[in-house]
This record gives sequence, C-alpha cells and structure tokens, in this order.
Amino acid sequence: MSQSLKQPNRLREGGRIDRARTLSFTFNGKRYQGHAGDTLASALLANGVDIVNRSFKYSRPRGIVAAGAEEPNALVQLGSSEAAQVPNVRATQQALFDGLTAQSTNGWPNVQRDVMSLVGKLGGRFMPPGFYYKTFMAPASMWMTYEKYIRKGAGLGRSPMERDPDSYDHLNQHCDLLVVGAGPAGLAAALTAARGGARVILCDEQEEMGGSLLDSRELLDHQPAARWAEQVATELAGLDSVTLLPRTTANGYHDHHFVTLHERRTEHLGECAPTVDGYRPSRSRMHRVRAGQVLLATGAHERPLVYAGNDVPGNLVAGAVSTYIRRYGVVPGEKLVLSVSNDHAYRAALDWDEAGREVVAIVDARRNPDGELVEQARARGIRIIEGSAVIEAKGDKRVSAARVATIDVEAFNVTGQAETLACDTIASSGGYSPVIHLASHTGARPTWNDEILGFVPSLVKGVHAAGSARGLHDLAEGLADGSAAAARALAALGLSAEAITLPQVDARREGTACALYQVPHEKPTLRAPKQFVDLQNDVTAAAIELATREGFESIEHVKRYTAMGFGTDQGKLGNINGMAIAARCLGKSIPEVGTTVFRPNYTPVTFGAIVGRHCRELFDPERYTALHQWHVENGAEFEEVGQWKRPWYFPRTVNGKKESLDEAVARECLAVREKVGILDASTLGKIDIQGPDAREFLGRIYTNKWAKLAPGRARYGLMCKDDGMLMDDGTTSCLAENHFLMTTTTGGAAGVMEWLELWHQTEWPELDVTFTSVTDHWATMTVTGPEARKLLGEITDIDLDRDAFKFMDWREGRVADVPARVFRISFTGELAYEINVQANYAMHVWKTLFEHGEKYGLTPYGTETMHVLRAEKGFIIAGQDTDGSVTPEDLGMQWAVGYDKPDSWVGKRALSRSDTRRADRKQLVGLMPKDPKVVLEEGAQIVFDPDHAIPMPMVGHVTSSYYSPTLGSGFALAVVKGGQSRMGETVYLPMADGKTHAAEIVGTIFVDPKGERQNV
Amino acid sequence: MFLIYCPYCEEHREEEEFHAKGQAHIARPEDPEACSDEQWGDYLFFRDNPRGIHHELWVHAVGCRKFFNITRNTVSYEILETYRIGEQPRFTAEHPEGKPAEAVAARAEEVERQEGVKA
Repeated sequence: MSQSLKQPNRLREGGRIDRARTLSFTFNGKRYQGHAGDTLASALLANGVDIVNRSFKYSRPRGIVAAGAEEPNALVQLGSSEAAQVPNVRATQQALFDGLTAQSTNGWPNVQRDVMSLVGKLGGRFMPPGFYYKTFMAPASMWMTYEKYIRKGAGLGRSPMERDPDSYDHLNQHCDLLVVGAGPAGLAAALTAARGGARVILCDEQEEMGGSLLDSRELLDHQPAARWAEQVATELAGLDSVTLLPRTTANGYHDHHFVTLHERRTEHLGECAPTVDGYRPSRSRMHRVRAGQVLLATGAHERPLVYAGNDVPGNLVAGAVSTYIRRYGVVPGEKLVLSVSNDHAYRAALDWDEAGREVVAIVDARRNPDGELVEQARARGIRIIEGSAVIEAKGDKRVSAARVATIDVEAFNVTGQAETLACDTIASSGGYSPVIHLASHTGARPTWNDEILGFVPSLVKGVHAAGSARGLHDLAEGLADGSAAAARALAALGLSAEAITLPQVDARREGTACALYQVPHEKPTLRAPKQFVDLQNDVTAAAIELATREGFESIEHVKRYTAMGFGTDQGKLGNINGMAIAARCLGKSIPEVGTTVFRPNYTPVTFGAIVGRHCRELFDPERYTALHQWHVENGAEFEEVGQWKRPWYFPRTVNGKKESLDEAVARECLAVREKVGILDASTLGKIDIQGPDAREFLGRIYTNKWAKLAPGRARYGLMCKDDGMLMDDGTTSCLAENHFLMTTTTGGAAGVMEWLELWHQTEWPELDVTFTSVTDHWATMTVTGPEARKLLGEITDIDLDRDAFKFMDWREGRVADVPARVFRISFTGELAYEINVQANYAMHVWKTLFEHGEKYGLTPYGTETMHVLRAEKGFIIAGQDTDGSVTPEDLGMQWAVGYDKPDSWVGKRALSRSDTRRADRKQLVGLMPKDPKVVLEEGAQIVFDPDHAIPMPMVGHVTSSYYSPTLGSGFALAVVKGGQSRMGETVYLPMADGKTHAAEIVGTIFVDPKGERQNV
Repeated sequence: MFLIYCPYCEEHREEEEFHAKGQAHIARPEDPEACSDEQWGDYLFFRDNPRGIHHELWVHAVGCRKFFNITRNTVSYEILETYRIGEQPRFTAEHPEGKPAEAVAARAEEVERQEGVKA
C-alpha cells in the first residue's frame, strides 16, 4: 500500500472512510483535505500534522495521543464565525465536515512557535506543583492582577460573544433497559433485550455503532467484526421497541436510574445546524432517561506508559494507532517503536506492518512473552526486545528516537545499557482501565482488581456492567457477558429474555500482562526528563513524587495539589498511572492509596444542551394580570415580583420629555393623597377557605383573634412560624359563617397555601376545612384617595355611605354592571376600596372606572408608589421589613397578637422564649434623616457611635427607604436594637463612600398617625 | 433526581413535582405552654441526621397537594417506601429489611390508643 499525494499518511485502501467524498477543512488557518468518515483528528494525522496544541502549563508542543473521548491534547476551538465558536472540542470526537474551521486552543502566536514554551523548556524546575499557590499568593490583593496574565498565558478556549443561532431540545424518555455503549457487549445486550420484547435505548458516543468491533482484527462468524455490528444495528433499527442513539454520550448517571444522554444531531454536518426541508433541526437533544435497569457497556481506556519525553508529538497509545490504521486508513508515522506490558497491544505493530510501514521494534516489559499475537509478530520477523521498555522519547516537535533499556519492573530501575532506536512514532500500552465513570456517578466506589490491573465498577441495585467495562476484555467473553447481563436486567424487571445465538469467535491465547505504569529512567524521577502523567494539566511523575514528599498522602489531596485529573478529560488517561506513582512513592498498593471518583459529566456538555429551550423568553414563566395589556398600552414600566410582571410606575411624557421614576412616583403619590389613584393589586395571593372549622383553623394559624369576625367584616392578620417569627401577613374577610377569603403577599402565596395544608394535614386533620387557591380567579383593583367614594359611587349599586359600609367592611354588589366584592381595606392610609371581580371582567371594570375617573383626576399608580404610600403609614411588607428573625412584638404589633386565645396558636409558645423576650432585640422603628434630601440606602447598617473604632458594633439596618413627596423629605423604616425605647435618639449610617448619615429614631407612622384619612 | 411514588396518586412521579419538608414524625407537643424552653427548642430546631434509614415528610406540591412520608436511605438514596400521614413505616433503623406486617399494624393500633398523639 502506498500513500495519496495530498494526505501523506493516508493509505490507498482500507478503513471505514469514503475516499470518493473529499472534504476540505481549515486548521490554524491552513487548508487541508480529508474524507467523509474521518474525525478531525484522523484527518490531521492523514495530513501529517504533528503539533495540534501547546500544553497548558509548560506550553510544550503536543500531538494527538488517542482516538476517542480520552484524548487529552487535541482540544480545538471550532467555528468560522463568532456565533459558531465552540471551545475545547476534542478533535478525536469531531466528525469532519466540509468547511470545518478549527484552531488550536492554546499557543501564541502559534503552535509551531510559541513564546511561552520558554517556560516549558527552562522553567520546569521553577514550576513545581502548587506553583501558582506558592508564587502568587502574596500579597493576596495582587492575585486578580496575576490571574489575568496567567489566564492569558494558559488559555482554555473562549465562548462565543454572539447569540447562538442554534436551538436545543430536552426529551423525557422511559425504557425498560438503557444500554450505554454499542461495542460487542452493548450490542449483544441490546439484541438480547430487544428480542425479548423489552423497550430498549441503546446509545453510543461515536459516529457509528460498533465500538471496538470497528477496528478489531478478529472475525465474528468468519467475517469482519464490523459487519456483525452493522447487522445487529440494522436489526435493532427495525424494531419499534428500540431507540438507537448514535453520537450520543451518556454524561451523567443520577438518582434512581435517571441518566442524561447528550445526542449531537448536527455537529457532524456543519458548525451550525443546516436547514433540512425548510426548517433547522435542533443542534442537540438532551434525553432525560428514566430507565428500569441500566447496562453499562462502556468499554475500557488504554493506559499509556509513563516515560521520559512521552509528550513529544508522535507518542500515542497503542490502540489509537490500530484505530487510525484500521478505521480511518491513516498511519500516523513511518517508523514505529511499540512499548508494551501486555499482549493485546501487539496488534498495533501488526496493523502497522500490514500498512507497509516499518516496525522498528516491539519493546515488551515481560521477560518471556508468549501469547498468540506475540507469536504472530515473531513470525513476521518483527524484532521483539524482551524485559525492556522505552525509557525516553527523544525529539522536539516530533519523536526522532526511542531510548530502550532493560528494566526491573519490581525494583523500579534500569538494569542495562540504553539502546537508541531511530523512529518517528512511539506507541505504548500499560493495560486497560474499564470505563467506570457512570457507575462512579451513582456513588458506588470502584474496587481494584489485581487480575485485570484496573478498577472495576461497584454497582448499585439495577445497574449492570458487561464486557470490558468490568474487565472482561476478551471478545467472546464480552459478547456472552453482555447477553447474560441483559437477561439478568430483564429478569429483575420481571421480563423474560430469549437466549440469542452469539456469533462465533476463534478462541485466542493471551499471555499474562505485567503491572507497569511509570517506566524507570537512569536518573531518579525528580531529575529525569519530564515523564508526563496528565498531559492536559501538565502533571509529571516528579510532581506526584514531590507532592507525596511534601506530605500529601491521600490521593484526593495529591490530585488537588498537582491538579492531576482536573482537566476537561478528568484524567481518563492519566489517573490510574498517577495513583500507581503515588502508591510507589508511599510504599503502598494502588487500592491502599485510594480510588478515583468521577463526577458528571463524562465529557463536557455545552451550555446550550443543558439549557435546552429554557432560555431567553422561555427561561422562566411570566405571569400577567388580566389588566396587563392596558398597562403596556399606557406606558407602564414593569417590575418583576416573583414571576409576576407588575406595573412599577406609569411615566408620563410632559413637553416631549418622559418622566423619571422619581418624578412619576411623586406625581402618583400626590394624586392618591389629594385626589384618587388606582392600583392593579391582582397579584395579591388569595385563598378561599371553607368548612365548619374554617374559623377555628384561622384562630390557630394567625396570631390574632377570629372568633368574632362577622360576615361582611375583614381583619388584618399576622402569620408566624412556630418559632414566633413573622412569615406572612394579609387581610382575611368573612364571606359567610363557614367561608373566608384570605389574602397573602404576592410572593408568599404559594408558600402560605402549602403552610395551611401542612398544618391541616399533619397536625389538625380533625378540622373540617378546605383551601383553594383563587389568586388567578379574581382581579383586584384598588381605588384609593379622597375622591374614591365619589368615583366608585358612579358605577356601583353598593351603598357606599360611611356608616353603611365602614372601614374594614366588605360588600357584595355590582360594579360597572358585573358582580363584584368590594373590600374597604387601605394599604395607603387613604379612603380605599379594593374591587374584586372575576378576572375576565376586570378590563371592562378598569376601563369603566377610567371613563368616570377623569373628572376626579384618577391616576394609575404602580408598585413604587404603593411602597412609598404604605411606608408613610408604617405598613410593613413581610419579607422586606422582616427577614425570618422578626416577631410581631419586634414590629410593635402586639395589638395583633391574641395572647389570651384558648389554644396555643402557631408561634405563641416561642414568643415567651428567653431569646424572644430580650429587651435588645432588633425592633422596627422609623428613621428621619437629619438632611431631608437624603434617602437612606435600603440595607445600610446602623451604628450608635460613628467615632467607634472599626469594626463598629452594628445595631440594625434600614429595611425600607423612600423620598416622600408628602413630607418633602426622605424617610425610612429600620430595625434597631432596642429601638422602640430609643425614640428621639440619633443613629448613624456609615456608607461605603465614606459619608456618614445621621438620622433620628421616630415612630413608624409618618403620615396621619391617628388614621383619620382612611376612616372617612 | 428522585422518582417518587405518591401514596395518594398511586403512581411514580418526578421529584420536580414534590417538595421535601424535613424529618417526618415530628409531632407538635400537645401543650406547648407546658414545655420548657429546652423542650420547645428541641421540637423547633433539632433534627436527626442519620447515615442510612431516614423518615422524611414530603408534599406532592404540584400534584395532589398531599403530605406523605418517605423512608429513604441517605447513603444510597434508595426510597424504601412511601406511606400516608398517620401510617407507620415498615422499614426502620431497627428493621432495615422491613418489619413484618403484623408489627406495623400493632404499632398503628398503639398510636391510635394514645389519645392526642399524632403519627
């Protein structure tokens, strides 16, 4: 076989690529060609691109190491336009498409010539583990400055600055059996379960189903293994009960078999989703799968050996070499040296040899390797150097030679003279680590298995592992194991599975592997050339040794100190090697050093996929009142209160100039105090309470008395938690003897509803009472101000005479000719009527009020004016003036506490605790700033002595503060220690800008202290 | 995310529909005024934090609005049972494999006999 001209490393034939379809792409500004079926990595290797990145810490040149999710180096930035930027894509998992544009993630000015590499060459000794902590910690204030340059030097890709043109979906899925991984075990499992009639989801992260079968040398039923994979996939695709998800990564295994699958639907087609039949499909789907049972057939990752210079481009893991040759028709070099600890990796040399390139030598750490693959290599005349390993790779931007020597694995030293073999590629294999990540997400700690030299997953109930994922790397065993595991899973669900006929595999004799992780060097580890463990985070064997010398004995501490496994690859290649090195340094075994814990997500997931449709206008539901359209048409500015959109204020345009918030609020306030204003109060929580025991229930849940509230009357009530702290307040009206309407704060509505149910269902189930939320059923319009009676009188049949319809009465009648309940409740201190009508009548009533209101100066006002008016009257807002640590007594509201009620209502007992009886509790007071122009900051801290040395004792804070157009001054509500007995005293508010405001403690009612205006 | 069986709706629903409300079987003292500050403080503020079996109060907040109890293993997060207010758990720290049905019934009767004691 020879090579194509344009792609020097591309074989003339072989592989699963389509040579008839040539795709062009750009990498670091240079154009290349590849074929359909390539990954970006295989196409780069085909074109002989050695350096794909610069390393994170030392800026050393790096090449492609692996062929799958475990790739640590080949991180690229995708995207030809700003909106299409995607950072940190693994080139090994990115399918090639025509026009693909990629750049190295690191490297400035470019990967070939990187100024930071000086650090890597010279600075190795100057950048030990903990370098950043040790060097840049002092002074602490400078860290922000250092960090900016460190980040620039390091680089982690960048997110797009423009809006993402793509859309993303979430799908909820259910199945009997979820099979993760479509290699031999996964396919056998899915087939077994599917033929048994179970609902099956089979997902695989690769472009094609088949896993290791796609590059296997073995035959299934006397034909290439990939063909069997195709046949099974075709059969499964034809079954309605099976959902096949290629290009889909199981990223997280959460509670109760809830697994998130990230399906990339269009990323193999283009950098943005293409238009198909006139619409653009979503770029990806997050399948939220709730599975009956889960079968993990996730395979294994090959471990590279750790030797000096093992990061120079041209060092690969052995299996990746086979994958590139057999699956993509790419030989990533001319002359190969293979360094192994096991038989299986020999296939890399056989594949290389068959591709017509030179295998310089296979260096085997074992003294007498004798497996079948070893014999095949011998038969081909390949030189096998036994009892040895590659101890050092030479070369700068590409491997130029391998230094090979005999080693003593047990004693961890080099025993002979090193021989230098000229080569451009070194492939290594130190064994295979089962991919235990998903099992690890469930919280089950993996266990070390000495026979397979790897961690195998521990499994919680309902989870099964099969094949390589639990260390059964033999093909025949893996197939049988997958089928058996599926049968067990189905049995656990009470479903039956038919035994399937598994394809025939020729038995293979394999020699025993030896446990080799770090390869010894002639020099001790700390002085040897760098031996990389974690290529992505530039963690070396020396760094781990140093960490253990500095006293880090737990592997969790070693990992954090050295940053091993903290890259986007989560240490898929390096963690076990790192643990083995720590174990060697500490004189322990690997399981004694600890296990490794993986967390979601298995591979990085884009924010778009996580967010799905829950973004922008669909980020959070918006709730509108029935009058919303009128507010919009009348220029309201809106405030968000929970999910509600409430009018904040209604700015007018005067002489072409729009009013500011302050101007509008001043006008609205005066309109209410002098004429009449109207507020949309529909968002107020409303709970309909009915039943013979409704009154009794209210008496127990509120602090005040309800026994004598007559139908037609309303009362203000305080609701505490059982710790005596205020949780909500509002008025409740007696509609009939057994029927009440409770109002709550806008934000507290749902919480209060649940609170009522909690007490009724768990403590007082004997009470006959029911609760119904009616917040959305009734629209509430507050008409308030001196002219309110005259205005309402024009459109209602209700007798508004002051003696017939008193303050805190409610009446039923017609308003604007529709049925209404009108409540004489005032949150402004003025004469006020709260008109409740069925929500769908509200707009008619509101507009009718305005038709009649012009002559009275009817003015719409929003929440800001509502706040000023209520604060002027000292009316609290639960949650603003209170914070869960304020009792009714702290608020000076003893008048609303029924100390002598017969039962121990919720919160009563707590009010006699020693802590709630303290005299120096923070109590609600009014504050008048000495300078009337000052509006104190809400949240500002209060001190008694502004000359006290810092830290000053803080004695309270401002809870509400506004400018009052009625008073012509700023004013505030605040909580102050012992405040109720400090009337007239001056307190101070030191501000961040250095100013200190002085204010006088006053009562909480600033306007109309006797309450005469509301009672006219 | 848990998958929770609502004992009132009698089906499994996603955790998103439920709110956790803390430890189950915290009965409010019958006569709070007779409690010392310490006893009242224990009722208000002190809760168990076991490793293993835990009884929890939950509410099907956006479903049937009913409160009910869950017996959950705080290590494995496995939900061993859900049961209605007033019922007794079958799985407890003493009986992690589940009490025999007679024992549950006997305990329920005992609770019933003690006037005023809430399950």
